[in-house]
Amino acid sequence: MTTRQIVRSLEPTQDNLLAILHRVQNDSTRNFLDEPEIREVADYLELPYSFVYGVATFYSMFSVQPRGRHVVRVCASPPCHLMGGRTIRDELREYLGVEFGDTTEDGLFTLEMSSCLGTCGIAPAMMIDGEIYGNLDGVRLREIIDRKRREEP
Amino acid sequence: MITFTLNGRPLSVTEGTTVLEAARGAGVEIPTLCHIEGLEGYGGCRVCMVEVEGSRTGCAPACTLETAPGMVVRTDSEAAFELRKAVLEMILAEHPADCFNCKHSGACRLHELAARHGLTKVPSGIERSGFPVDDSNPFFTLDPNRCILCGKCVRTCAEIQCSDVYTFADRGCRSSVAPGFGDLLADSRCVSCGSCVAACPTGALRPKDGSWSGAMYVDRRVRTVCSYCGVGCQLDLLVSGGRVVGALPADGPSNRGRLCVKGRFAHAFIGHPDRLTVPLVRRDGALVEATWDEALERVVRSLRSTVDRLGPDGAAGLASARCTNEENYLFQKLFRAGIGTNNVDHCARLCHASTVTGLAATLGSGAMTNSIDEIDLQDAILVTGSNTTETHPVIGTRIKRAARRGARLIVADPRRIDLAEEAEVYLPLKPGTNVALYNALACAILEEGLADREFIAERTEGYEEWAAAVRSCTPEKAAEVCGVDARDIRRAARIYAGARAAGIYYAMGVTQHTSGTAGVMSLSNLALACGKLGKPGCGINPLRGQNNVQGACDVGALPDVLPGYRKVSDPAARAAAAAVWGREPPSEPGLTVTEIVSAAESGRIGFLYIMGENPLVSDPDIGHVREALSAVDFLVVQDIFLTETAALADVVLPAACFAEKDGTFTNTERRVQRVRRAVPPPGRAREDLDILADLLERLGLPPADRSGAGVFAELARTAPQYAGMSWDRLEGGGLQWPCPSPDHPGTPILHAGRFTRGLGRFVPLAWSPPAEETDEEYPLVLTTGRNLYQYHTRTMTGREEGLSILAGEAYAELHPQAADRAGVRHGETLRLSTRRGSIELAARVSEGIRPDTVFVPFHYAQAAANILTGTALDPLAKIPELKVCSVRAERGNGRAPS
Repeated sequence: MTTRQIVRSLEPTQDNLLAILHRVQNDSTRNFLDEPEIREVADYLELPYSFVYGVATFYSMFSVQPRGRHVVRVCASPPCHLMGGRTIRDELREYLGVEFGDTTEDGLFTLEMSSCLGTCGIAPAMMIDGEIYGNLDGVRLREIIDRKRREEP
Repeated sequence: MITFTLNGRPLSVTEGTTVLEAARGAGVEIPTLCHIEGLEGYGGCRVCMVEVEGSRTGCAPACTLETAPGMVVRTDSEAAFELRKAVLEMILAEHPADCFNCKHSGACRLHELAARHGLTKVPSGIERSGFPVDDSNPFFTLDPNRCILCGKCVRTCAEIQCSDVYTFADRGCRSSVAPGFGDLLADSRCVSCGSCVAACPTGALRPKDGSWSGAMYVDRRVRTVCSYCGVGCQLDLLVSGGRVVGALPADGPSNRGRLCVKGRFAHAFIGHPDRLTVPLVRRDGALVEATWDEALERVVRSLRSTVDRLGPDGAAGLASARCTNEENYLFQKLFRAGIGTNNVDHCARLCHASTVTGLAATLGSGAMTNSIDEIDLQDAILVTGSNTTETHPVIGTRIKRAARRGARLIVADPRRIDLAEEAEVYLPLKPGTNVALYNALACAILEEGLADREFIAERTEGYEEWAAAVRSCTPEKAAEVCGVDARDIRRAARIYAGARAAGIYYAMGVTQHTSGTAGVMSLSNLALACGKLGKPGCGINPLRGQNNVQGACDVGALPDVLPGYRKVSDPAARAAAAAVWGREPPSEPGLTVTEIVSAAESGRIGFLYIMGENPLVSDPDIGHVREALSAVDFLVVQDIFLTETAALADVVLPAACFAEKDGTFTNTERRVQRVRRAVPPPGRAREDLDILADLLERLGLPPADRSGAGVFAELARTAPQYAGMSWDRLEGGGLQWPCPSPDHPGTPILHAGRFTRGLGRFVPLAWSPPAEETDEEYPLVLTTGRNLYQYHTRTMTGREEGLSILAGEAYAELHPQAADRAGVRHGETLRLSTRRGSIELAARVSEGIRPDTVFVPFHYAQAAANILTGTALDPLAKIPELKVCSVRAERGNGRAPS
């Protein structure tokens, strides 16, 4: 589907703004919204381009910078912290070789911090794309990342 | 009504009033940083915190807190003071540490409030820093490091100006106000109106003109009226050290706190080194400096010898739509009483002569019927032949705002102008087909039974004849002529006729045609058929071009009418004038601008006096104008700069600009407003009024009272519409004519209950093609116009560097298909040729114009559009067809002139 078709897959009402932005971003191989896409959405919903840009940069789930194919979001909430979240963050940084907010050189992963993922029962946790991974430790974490890498064509 | 207690006093207000509004109404100050008068409370800055007895938190922001019965509010208590102080401290904590030493502090609201709350240093905290400063706009700077994120600029731009430039980009401590995607203001849709700058409570948005950093040294603020365009915005000129250093918008009735880029920032011309400062006379072929006495004596001597040789009608004068009412009044008196000729006209001939002729015939008065403020009441708006956001920017903004609040907007224009983007129906008609379109709208209204039968029966005449004629003008036929969709014509007709309050707004896209008067009258027919006249929010509204073109017409700077539109052919009118002037004006109408030019060329005009006009750029077919001006024995030009026209003169009289004189301008809604002197004229330049009074005296007709107020009083005795006005009464918002007596409040709405001429008259009109039609040799239609950043022939705006950066060079707008056929790409040199001449200029390729049309703004002397235009005239109003001629576009040989 073209961006135009994706944008038009929902009714042009302003309450569909976030849903449309999600659909457009999900279709992007680099997990972000570019300027033509924001303009397309703004035109369709008859909203100012600047306003849509403001929305896209307010919510942390959206990005206006290209990101990796997979976005790794590590939970930064107190329960995860108590269960060793800091170690998980350090291990991820080291294993992926990037700082938070950055993308690996091969373009596969972007490392981000997240507010509570709502899965405190399996803390410490992280989310890759839409999927939750809990009870993390250094070994399990490496396995998950390796598996993601192997899935790549 | 709700009664509550404020600072121990009971206060009654209407339901829905916020505590802030109630307090301000009662004269109790509550400081704010984010509040914008007229918009809903925002609750962003929290500085307006007040103590609310018995509420859950004990306090609340006054701007969003609605008053409730029995509520007890304190703004003056220790607790309220401490609350505000704490909020200010938190705002300051994010501010640059040098805040209290900032050189801009004199104009900073944050600084002022901090000082009033005993804060003297920035609390150590998280200083906002590292944001790039955006210096790309020529007139102001955006410095996010000094921003407190109050959102005033974002909301002002979106909700008042309707340009939507800003957003809050990013989140948390990285939030900043920006156009998005790191764009610079220069690359955004910003129109440089400066509303955000006026709104900003800190130095985050600050003008570059120095008026901000030096604000504490501004000696005086002088309330006056803008000298660009006919909207008549009130503004404050900021005077420092005898110079105008800037301007700020004022809350005038037409602008309500808004200005456009020209009124806000383009004042460099006032004290410009190019200003004329001494009289010049031609000696041995060159213009040399002279004394006033010498120059004026020469004018009088030449005038006398011309009259001796050719009679009084051998003299002619062009008055000025830039000058005041008082000056134009004296100018026409000079010709009518002093010389004895009616050969007085001015550039209104080139813009709205067809309006004056057309509406006078159908309604009895050729002026805007309703007030600008009524845009806020309308539920449907028809804009045609007016690129309102560029030529009358503040009215354009107000129409845009109306469309966003739900008014249904119809735009009919050959170019996809800014307003078309806001329109429900956009009709991109072919230039020169207006009458066909308006007739078709009327036809659709009659076919669908949407006409106002009652109004037609009670208040109009000529309906049957007109209706019979218009019924054959079907939308389907018009669709072919105009090149628009017939269904869109029907939709537009339903919107207009079905509205409760609908206004028509038009400008030169309607008037500057050989069918100009027919266009105006067919719009008038449309309004009459729907009963959309004489009521609030209805009406037919010609948008007058220059700051005082309405006034210049009102006071008789026209060849066929005396002050107040009394016909020169009417013996009673002449007698009334004679009673005031001591001499009776001649009974034969004089020559119009275009006729004066022709008469000059054939040697019938020996003396021509041009006040504040530049026909050598503004008039059609300027090759012809140059020959005419050269043929005149004696040419006097009174101006503020040595214009293209002044360079040909025998005597040049240095005059004063609007900031250097006292007087009145009449804006497009017939509102007479005071113009006030802020600085003296440069060098030996004199106010136009003074020069004219001097000349009258030398001709033996001294005005009884040479002061501005005195001349206005004399004018009020001759123009019935002004009879009840005086300078004293014009303080504040001014008055709208007619104002027949000293206790009359003025007339915001014309034709209420009764038309000026009695009954509204329907006039049947058939569409006829423009004078010049396209053919193989000249296959495209050329239409001329204006842009936002320049004014008339750039004598004033051309002196403003910032405007030259934004739009300093001539260009032609054309469709990609037309560009392809001409073999040019965007930015390359295009050659345009008509039967009269050729110009070369940059091509601006745009999808927003019809493929068969080329647009050229007429401002630029280096590629003057009027080399191309023709002099075909409307038979009734004698207005030239500046909006249509046939043109050929091809690749240019040379570089576009720069």
